[in-house]
Amino acid sequence: MAAVSGLVWRPLRQVTVRDAINQGMDEELERDEKVFLLGEEVAQYDGAYKVSRGLWKKYGDKRIIDTPISEMGFAGIAVGAAMAGLRPICEFMTFNFSMQAIDQVINSAAKTYYMSGGLQSVPIVFRGPNGASAGVAAQHSQCFAAWYGHCPGLKVVSPWNSEDAKGLIKSAIRDNNPVVVLENELMYGVPFEFPSEAQSKDFLVPIGKAKIERQGTHITVVSHSRPVGHCLEAAAVLSKEGVECEVINMRTIRPMDMETIEASVMKTNHLVTVEGGWPQFGVGAEICARIMEGPAFNFLDAPAVRVTGADVPMPYAKILEDNSIPQVKDIIFAIKKTLNI
Amino acid sequence: MRKMLAAVSRVLSGASQKPSHGLALLPSLVSNSRLKQSSHFGLPKCWDYSHSLKQASRVLVASRNFANDATFEIKKCDLHRLEEGPPVTTVLTREDGLKYYRMMQTVRRMELKADQLYKQKIIRGFCHLCDGQEACCVGLEAGIKPTDHLITAYRAHGFTFTRGLSVREILAELTGRKGGCAKGKGGSMHMYAKNFYGGNGIVGAQVPLGAGIALACKYNGKDEVCLTLYGDGAANQGQIFEAYNMAALWKLPCIFICENNRYGMGTSVERAAASTDYYKRGDFIPGLRVDGMDILCVREATRFAAAYCRSGKGPILMELQTYRYHGHSMSDPGVSYRTREEIQEVRSKSDPIMLLKDRMVNSNLASVEELKEIDVEVRKEIEDAAQFATADPEPPLEELGYHIYSSDPPFEVRGANQWIKFKSVS
Repeated sequence: MAAVSGLVWRPLRQVTVRDAINQGMDEELERDEKVFLLGEEVAQYDGAYKVSRGLWKKYGDKRIIDTPISEMGFAGIAVGAAMAGLRPICEFMTFNFSMQAIDQVINSAAKTYYMSGGLQSVPIVFRGPNGASAGVAAQHSQCFAAWYGHCPGLKVVSPWNSEDAKGLIKSAIRDNNPVVVLENELMYGVPFEFPSEAQSKDFLVPIGKAKIERQGTHITVVSHSRPVGHCLEAAAVLSKEGVECEVINMRTIRPMDMETIEASVMKTNHLVTVEGGWPQFGVGAEICARIMEGPAFNFLDAPAVRVTGADVPMPYAKILEDNSIPQVKDIIFAIKKTLNI
Repeated sequence: MRKMLAAVSRVLSGASQKPSHGLALLPSLVSNSRLKQSSHFGLPKCWDYSHSLKQASRVLVASRNFANDATFEIKKCDLHRLEEGPPVTTVLTREDGLKYYRMMQTVRRMELKADQLYKQKIIRGFCHLCDGQEACCVGLEAGIKPTDHLITAYRAHGFTFTRGLSVREILAELTGRKGGCAKGKGGSMHMYAKNFYGGNGIVGAQVPLGAGIALACKYNGKDEVCLTLYGDGAANQGQIFEAYNMAALWKLPCIFICENNRYGMGTSVERAAASTDYYKRGDFIPGLRVDGMDILCVREATRFAAAYCRSGKGPILMELQTYRYHGHSMSDPGVSYRTREEIQEVRSKSDPIMLLKDRMVNSNLASVEELKEIDVEVRKEIEDAAQFATADPEPPLEELGYHIYSSDPPFEVRGANQWIKFKSVS
């Protein structure tokens, strides 16, 4: 597959999100000796979800470290190593397990630069799959975007496609602050076209900037992670009915890019937020609150609407699970309700 | 004549007798008055025979007959999984002795001043004092290098000082002023310095952090070690055992140190731990139990432990048996769970500063007057620091939002409502 732009012939490739993250980590490991990866099964097993495949073979025991099952312990070790000047990537097999270690993420990592009056920085990345998977039930399906997004001192990013994944992991590793990278297990195997810029070793996606994935005029649809794909599907269906949705991929949860969202709402006059996490105190709730506080409020022709996961612990049975996460039909319904059509 | 011969033989036999200015070894049969004069020109002080002269002025005190060093016996450490422990004798030089004395006295007086300022409500919130435990912070520092690393929990003022910060910066941080070492943003439990990682408020969390710092030491290949401290209360935290496991597995140069002061807040060790042999709790990690009230014991044990780690054998555990005179914090009078008699007994029999002072005076390493002089100087230093800490202004309100992120361009931080914005600068 290829594309021609102007007089430059730029080849496009299909790269899965998994490989994009792998590439991003590989490039950063090569670029800076202080970068290393630790977590359960990251080395000899090639990663529980094969995201770190090949890295241990290439970099060895010193840089790719298998840990025992001790989240609180190894997260603390990673934070300590960052305080002492290394640049660790700490993998949680899923973010559900990060709850064991959340004190180290918040109290030891996020708050330290502030508490020390700017003396002690913590250049660490916490990454792993977040949110619902398929059939893994309640204890393995929670979305932590709102929990981590709540805390000053942290940066929180949530990639959707391969370009996001590679660019954001590289930015996160180069950032001198604690960054939480919320990946998505169901997206790991999904291939996307990889623009040639993304193939460069210095390709970065800036933290704190959203991307407009699809231009539109009738309504702004804001989302992060896997649901961005559902929003685009909904937009494609609605386009046939003459409704043009502007789909925004947040990419970063904290610091949130409200400017892009506000500018879009001021253009379309309607807003729907879409997320996989629970509704109460969620990402959508924050967006709605901030819209009310800002200039975009006066441009709304209808109340902002949220599409979220159901307010239940994730059930196991397929019919129940399917109805506990936002589906394309739920997004379409919400959009139509907002537009009163 | 006999005195002179005795002096000569002392000089010739004692390898520990080092003339302070490297002059030729010539005894002299001079009168006391000539000697007083010549001491000013740098003759080794150990040859001054004027033991019995009582000198009033400081200059003349300096010309008194002090030993350059002395050898002391120290308590043998209990050992766990170790064939040999630290030596049972140690040499203390006069110079080191005076330095340790001054440091311990500074920590002592600084903590007492903090107590006073807290009662005057000039210090707020948490204030955990370490008076009684001075031999730990000063002794540990004496056993390591400035390039080594140290992390501890919230009873951290002593370590903040021994790791290099001034009393001024520490007290001003306690009073929440802009001249504080964390610019008033951290307070008692969040003070940082080069190779000193605080000051940590969450009990036990600092232990994995310390193991991580040790990992960085090993990763960088620089032969540095990390002293990772926790208390008898924290010793039962699960994450400490996770840290033990990984430190041993990966042979991290981490010295785990349990500062056992017998009480975790109001709970005595017997009521908290199924095993109070904290030096054995590392199981597969070798350990030693050390008299934490004796600075020389602490120093020797630290040297031993640091050498062990630097040799690449992996982590080691030290239990320092010590005691705090104050309660857990300023809100705890400290007498509901222990008797005043117990506190008094430790003060009168095991006070670390008293122990060092007695040793030095009895071995002629220093005079009582000289040590009193140091006390006076220390008091003045603390007074000046307290003055500063009370008079220095609070950090400017405009800086409330500063230091959220490192190395970032300035951005806006929300205040109590949407119209209040603070600038955030790295």
